[in-house]
Amino acid sequence: MTPREILTVILLVILIICAISVNVIPNLLQSVITFMAYSFIMAVVWILMESPDLGITEAAVGAGVSGILFLMTLKKIRSEEEHDPADDREEKPKTDSRQTSGGEKTR
Amino acid sequence: MKELFTAWLEGGSDPMESLLDISTQEDQDREARKKVSDEKIRRLRKDPAALQTVERMRKRFRKIYLAVAVVCCIMLSGFLLYTISLMPRYGEENPRAREVVERYVEQGVAETGAINIVTGMILDYRAFDTLGESHVLFTALICVMILLRIDQKNQRSGYEDYYTIRSDTYYDLSREPILPVMGRILLPCILVYGIYILLNGQNSPGGGFSGGAVIGAGMILFSAAFGMKAADRFLSVRLCSILTFVSLAFYSFAKGYVFFMGANGLENHIPKGTPGAVLSGGMILPLDLAVGCVVSVTMFGFYSLFRRGSIGMEVDYGRFSSEESKQSQ
Repeated sequence: MTPREILTVILLVILIICAISVNVIPNLLQSVITFMAYSFIMAVVWILMESPDLGITEAAVGAGVSGILFLMTLKKIRSEEEHDPADDREEKPKTDSRQTSGGEKTR
Repeated sequence: MKELFTAWLEGGSDPMESLLDISTQEDQDREARKKVSDEKIRRLRKDPAALQTVERMRKRFRKIYLAVAVVCCIMLSGFLLYTISLMPRYGEENPRAREVVERYVEQGVAETGAINIVTGMILDYRAFDTLGESHVLFTALICVMILLRIDQKNQRSGYEDYYTIRSDTYYDLSREPILPVMGRILLPCILVYGIYILLNGQNSPGGGFSGGAVIGAGMILFSAAFGMKAADRFLSVRLCSILTFVSLAFYSFAKGYVFFMGANGLENHIPKGTPGAVLSGGMILPLDLAVGCVVSVTMFGFYSLFRRGSIGMEVDYGRFSSEESKQSQ
């Protein structure tokens, strides 16, 4: 076996581990990050299989954009889960000061 | 009669209401049955033995569900592996697709003017596929807009809006040390690399889709590192839709022209150029640019719509702070 083939086999094994653990991991954030790692390894595998076109696309779309979209969705879900109406009254004045200070800073 | 009608016209009670109410025997039966079943459920909820039975059945259902899921997964993967075993081995020749491959490899450069035969294939021989892909992206963007965009007709709840804006201002980027600095370092490299992939698609690996995705990711990084307000300055919903529409229309017309001329045996007036130069490959470069525009706008649009439900300046950021300042006054 050439070193290249050994590298490919190692990457494929990691790929399978990633693919299984995406479904098994209970924590959604870890699951998303594992998915991004899967895409990144897949991009390297594409390049090893001599199709760099797909490698570039996989790295940009799989590891970049779709991971970001998953993270955005996760953030929205979390923010709605953790919302408690009782906290709102306490937090609003605080954020008010933050907002104005942040707004002045950006201006 | 007339009195009744005028009363109805002026917003009084409807004289035909009880007459036109259709309540068949079946409906009544259904209601009666529902009442009985409701009563049953209420009785069972109080009964510990029944609860135990429900719990047992639920456990059994879980077990069966798990078994069926595992069997389905194994069958699906077995089917896929069987299909893969029918394919030619890695690096071997596929006897069924021999003619097409030979034609592409031997005459691809001469016929398309692209050294990178993959781009030559997807934007010249099989340009309709790429047109379909671009339209899929366009449709996806429209669907995300329909679902997530906020405008006068489709307002989110005040809480949701408030939360989005609050989290945006709470994680204020001006006090964040890492992201803007790294963005300042990385962003030029990413954008230049994306433009390089886009313009050099016919000579080196890359092309419209990958270049557009890289530029879109760079734009996402830009709006994440320097704030949404900075991104609003150059991309609004209007510009976004105009860009997408112009790109898709240009693609359709250009490719339609080429197909029309080729199918009718007419001369194609688009010069191929010398293979290897940036301005070569006939229609490939403009088509690359069109696809890149659609893809990058779509990627950024997804991000922007997911994050705050609009592309460009549409959410009134001052709304909540002004309300709160009124309250504090």
